[in-house]
Amino acid sequence: MSIIETVTPNQLTAADVEAQLRGFIVDNFFVEDELDARESLTDAGVIDSTGVLEVVSWIEDTFSVVVPDADILPDNLDSIARIVGYVMGIAGA
Amino acid sequence: MPELHPFLAIDLAAEADRIVEAMRRSVRGTMKRKGAVLGLSGGIDSSVCAALAVRAFGADKVMGLHMPEADSADETLELSQLMADSLGIDTALEDITPILEGAGCYRRRDEAIRSVIPGYGSGWRSKIVLPSVVDSDSFRVFSVVAQPPEGEPIKVRLPLHAYLEVVAATNFKQRTRKMLEYYWADRLNYAVIGTPNHLEYDQGFFVKNGDGSADFKPIAHLYKTQVYALAAELGVPAEICSRPPTTDTYSMPQTQEEFYFSLPYDRMDLCLYGVDHGLTPEQLAPELGLQAEQVARVYADIAGKRKASRYLHLSPQLVGGAGVGPE
Repeated sequence: MSIIETVTPNQLTAADVEAQLRGFIVDNFFVEDELDARESLTDAGVIDSTGVLEVVSWIEDTFSVVVPDADILPDNLDSIARIVGYVMGIAGA
Repeated sequence: MPELHPFLAIDLAAEADRIVEAMRRSVRGTMKRKGAVLGLSGGIDSSVCAALAVRAFGADKVMGLHMPEADSADETLELSQLMADSLGIDTALEDITPILEGAGCYRRRDEAIRSVIPGYGSGWRSKIVLPSVVDSDSFRVFSVVAQPPEGEPIKVRLPLHAYLEVVAATNFKQRTRKMLEYYWADRLNYAVIGTPNHLEYDQGFFVKNGDGSADFKPIAHLYKTQVYALAAELGVPAEICSRPPTTDTYSMPQTQEEFYFSLPYDRMDLCLYGVDHGLTPEQLAPELGLQAEQVARVYADIAGKRKASRYLHLSPQLVGGAGVGPE
């Protein structure tokens, strides 16, 4: 059972989300888990426009939330740190 | 038709001669084929390619195919026939709608759209669109726009699976056309001419094994505005030269900017030229009437598309040692 499934949204911690996210990125985009949390995922070639949709789907499916169109921004989704921050804001609030 | 910007100026007559010579050398010399087959869309690229093929091989050695389907614009067939008549080439009409119906193209696409717009059905029209690059720094993800027979259009962002399904189903159109082009090429012992311009070729604006497939691509090195200028040089009818570029793939009218590119083609050409020639956004911005920050966004979009289209350009990969023996 994953860490996320053992806690309610209100109990989410940034460390939980980052661990789950890193697992998703490694499994889904075929990269080593050596990414700097602040590195741009698009500049690093990890995600392209389809990859952005994959990340959005992962957030929505994993945390049972809806990502509004207006939130699909590099500021929210272009690095591990930004995604973790975004998830904590939308799902952990 | 826009003026050819000084950055993109070429000697049109000499360029036409150079292309024609290369077509003859490759198709007759290397491929040992007798002539050329190409799909006519009524657009500028296929019209210019047809005119070049006639110069290279003669009108009696060029076969033009009209391949409309249920979503094609009304003027497509009219303009493609106008081009064929102006060149005096033989044509065949291959309505691909029954093939697409048999393959489930429309059904699969419609089911995917219905997964996000449940009311979507008979009589509705649709297209997929991207947000602007220059006016926003948001990621460019597709939305579907669908319009009921009597009512206002509805726009909904496509989630991953619906997006992939709509694109995969729609790609049947380009692949079906290519299948028919190769049928005619085999039948006549001709080569298939591909019609991408430099903008489309560089940025991956084609379907792999669909319109991206061909034996010879005579204008893949020319910017779109250069293709328009060459059209005038080759005598392409004015009605075709003045038709705005369209994807002609979805049932609602769709510009190439909505579907793929960041800017209208004349300005997109200059941005690609700027990237190709190392111009900074600050240097190029005054030529476009944009802010340097906006040009930088277009540059980033160009770089992203190059990365994403690497797969499209890749030929089949072989394990080391595999290959074709000497003649």
